Amino acid sequence: MTEISAADAAVPVVLRVNGDEYRIAAEPRRTLADALREDCGLTGTHLGCEHGVCGACTVLVDGEPVRSCLMFAVQSQDVEIRTVEGLAAADGTLHPLQEAFWRHHGLQCGFCTPGFLMLSAGILETSPDIGDEELREALSSNLCRCTGYQTIVDSVRSVLDAGEA
Amino acid sequence: MGESDRPRGGPLIGESVLRLEDRPLLVGEGRFLADVSFEGELHLRVVRSDVAHGVLRGVYLDDVLAAEGVVAAWSADEVAHVPAIEFRMTGFDELRPYCQRILAGEYVRYVGDPVAVVIAEDPYLAEDAAELAFVDIEPLEPVMEATSPGAPAPLALEHEQGDVDAAFAGAHRIVELRATVGRHSGIPLETRGLLARPVDGDGPEGNRVELYGIAKVPHYNCATIANMLDLEPGQVIGREGHVGGGFGVRGELYPEDLLVTYAALKLGRPVKWVEDRREHMVAANHSREQAYHVRAAVDEDGVVQAIDGEFFHDQGGYVRTHGATVPNLSVALLPGPYLVPSYRARGRIRLTNKTPAGTYRAPGRFESTFVRERLMDRVANEYDLDPVEVRRRNLIPAEAMPFDRGVSTLGTSLVYDSGDYQRLLERLLTHIGYESLRESLAQRREEGEMIGLGIGMFVEKSGLGPFDDVRVRRLDDGGVEVVTGAASVGQGMETAMAQICGDVLGVDYTDVSVRHGQTDLIGRGMGAFASRVTVMTGVAVYLAATELAATGEPAEVTFNTDHMTYPYGAHAAVVRVDAGTGGVAVERYIVAYDVGRAVNPMLVEGQIIGGVAQGVGGALLELFAYDADGQPLATSFMDYLMPTVAEQPPVEVLLSEDAPSPLNPLGLKGAGEGGTTACGAAIAAAIDDAISRPGAVTSLPATPELVRSLLRT
Repeated sequence: MTEISAADAAVPVVLRVNGDEYRIAAEPRRTLADALREDCGLTGTHLGCEHGVCGACTVLVDGEPVRSCLMFAVQSQDVEIRTVEGLAAADGTLHPLQEAFWRHHGLQCGFCTPGFLMLSAGILETSPDIGDEELREALSSNLCRCTGYQTIVDSVRSVLDAGEA
Repeated sequence: MGESDRPRGGPLIGESVLRLEDRPLLVGEGRFLADVSFEGELHLRVVRSDVAHGVLRGVYLDDVLAAEGVVAAWSADEVAHVPAIEFRMTGFDELRPYCQRILAGEYVRYVGDPVAVVIAEDPYLAEDAAELAFVDIEPLEPVMEATSPGAPAPLALEHEQGDVDAAFAGAHRIVELRATVGRHSGIPLETRGLLARPVDGDGPEGNRVELYGIAKVPHYNCATIANMLDLEPGQVIGREGHVGGGFGVRGELYPEDLLVTYAALKLGRPVKWVEDRREHMVAANHSREQAYHVRAAVDEDGVVQAIDGEFFHDQGGYVRTHGATVPNLSVALLPGPYLVPSYRARGRIRLTNKTPAGTYRAPGRFESTFVRERLMDRVANEYDLDPVEVRRRNLIPAEAMPFDRGVSTLGTSLVYDSGDYQRLLERLLTHIGYESLRESLAQRREEGEMIGLGIGMFVEKSGLGPFDDVRVRRLDDGGVEVVTGAASVGQGMETAMAQICGDVLGVDYTDVSVRHGQTDLIGRGMGAFASRVTVMTGVAVYLAATELAATGEPAEVTFNTDHMTYPYGAHAAVVRVDAGTGGVAVERYIVAYDVGRAVNPMLVEGQIIGGVAQGVGGALLELFAYDADGQPLATSFMDYLMPTVAEQPPVEVLLSEDAPSPLNPLGLKGAGEGGTTACGAAIAAAIDDAISRPGAVTSLPATPELVRSLLRT
């Protein structure tokens, strides 16, 4: 039997993340989340379950919230990926969602926060007129074990409302 | 919040200032364990038993060692010299034979029991290679119930005060209850993990190993690891980073902590282990599973004169660091806020072939509060009294404070330090408009809805000593540095400590830096558990800052205490039951909680609301179920259900500061657990009310299956 080593199996992959291009070599089985964290050094994307339920690894792929633990790196070429590292402005000014999570105490341990921020960013951009009930349903995609969600909902709602003003 | 308008230099204690911790967490610059890497690091994978109980005939690692990227693989023989993991708290000699070795040798005792480790150059390769391990186990019959006769029974905790037998002999009525709480746990969103990094030392200790991913009790864990691996205490250094939730589970000393440290020292390279979620569900401490049989001797007025209770505590396959902590707390806090002049309890610790159990937020209180409050509801029903009226008749009056409960727990005698339980209850009732709310719910029931209200009361405990050390000094840039041996598990302790320090010194809290969880910065430290940090570390910060203010010199102080502080609360739940599915929706949830004095009300409310989410999970959703062979049936987030925003009710918090603790100069009590404590009790009572079946719910979680079965009978 011919042994195929993992290194041999790695294929070149180009990821476009937050406007930057990363040229990496990834085995076909390598998840997008691991590629972002280990190969691109973008550790803001967190892994809470690696089976697509908790949403801590949520990133935006072409503007849509996606579980990066359920996508392979090799499937992620030719798309625009955005992670939590790309939310704040280059001068460090926080994104309105980041500012709102801070002001409304929308985080405690902060582990789920990048996932909630990216999920919310997707909502903000695709459904700025979303109603309260739909917002709760959309935010129910992700798990938080610290906050009881109330302040997360308040945070996102405040940004949506400010956008309408 | 108006934070930007807040005047600098004003009072800080009691202000809802924004957290110091948040910026790195918001921009993706957190340093959680998995985010830390070092050049040349290796990756460890644990091979675990997939049999609940059996004789370990052999562990064969030849194929593992031949696999790509593997550097080492070991079974129990390699670490046979490492002793079993000792108790951190509430140890008993009778429990010592049940302590866990870091790798199972002769027997496996639960699915998930570590039997070997694989260390490889890459985490994917470590996981591939671990699949090649051949573990030969001859299965034995598993013990799956704490109440079954075959369960090892090392110890019963016994307590008796007053004349229980006389109270029962003279009782107007005896009210009896059997109730059970299901097995669930903290499930922090970040799994456990550890990175051990050998470093060349130039100090007297020589070479050292730094531990990243250490949490909760860094000083204890580092000292214990050093002791177990025959190192000098100063050779193991804790480097606490960001911690993705604690809840009692994370940061206890587990076999993996020893295995990773051992591997790093043996191989001379950094070794990293990041638990995966399935592992977490079978390997990290479970909690809560207790089965009660309680009786109350009640007089003609509905006043409980005695409680006589027995419970079986399902400890799982081993006794871990918490020893008998959870059943000890169950015994001590079962009488709760009520007078109960005579009291007897027996907590029977039983070993089963499930994941070992430890503490989880409000340990022993979530369980015993469920049972006690169910018992009070049953008294109310049998005496045809309003549930609130029964509680009024039994509450300890404010004049009786401080109230010696006549029992000891965690090495302290349990004396409620202050409280006006009646006043808090009335405040809750006024807030919800008790009478009119009951009428409107009755009206909705008449119209066909299954909707009801439930109330639960409790006493919490906080501020466990015996000491906390703090150093405070002014920095050259005008800032102030606080060094503590406490830890952060994500609760906002840096902000709270900075507020106390800033308040005393008249500097802004943003100019105070709080350093914690670094064991080489301060000689000793107790860490973060038992809602202790705000009280113990907070008071130590207050004393140190006060000394600095007086002398102008850097100050180092120790705050000692022999007693805990006792916050108290009342929960109310309104729930709706779906007659078709048995599903329960919590429509409204109210927590009244007295914390003596709130350093940062926003953070306290955050603790309470988050605590409610975990309590709702334990009351309705979360359950580590097993099949008859001991196979765990909840090993992913698909089958272990936690509340999402869709299940979480809106929570109204009535934060109360009626009863400052007389035991410390700031009047502080801890706030970390009271959001969780009475969720099971209040929700169960509300379900009873909704389905018009008093006393129906006697086990948690009240799953749709369980509620449907109640509706059918």
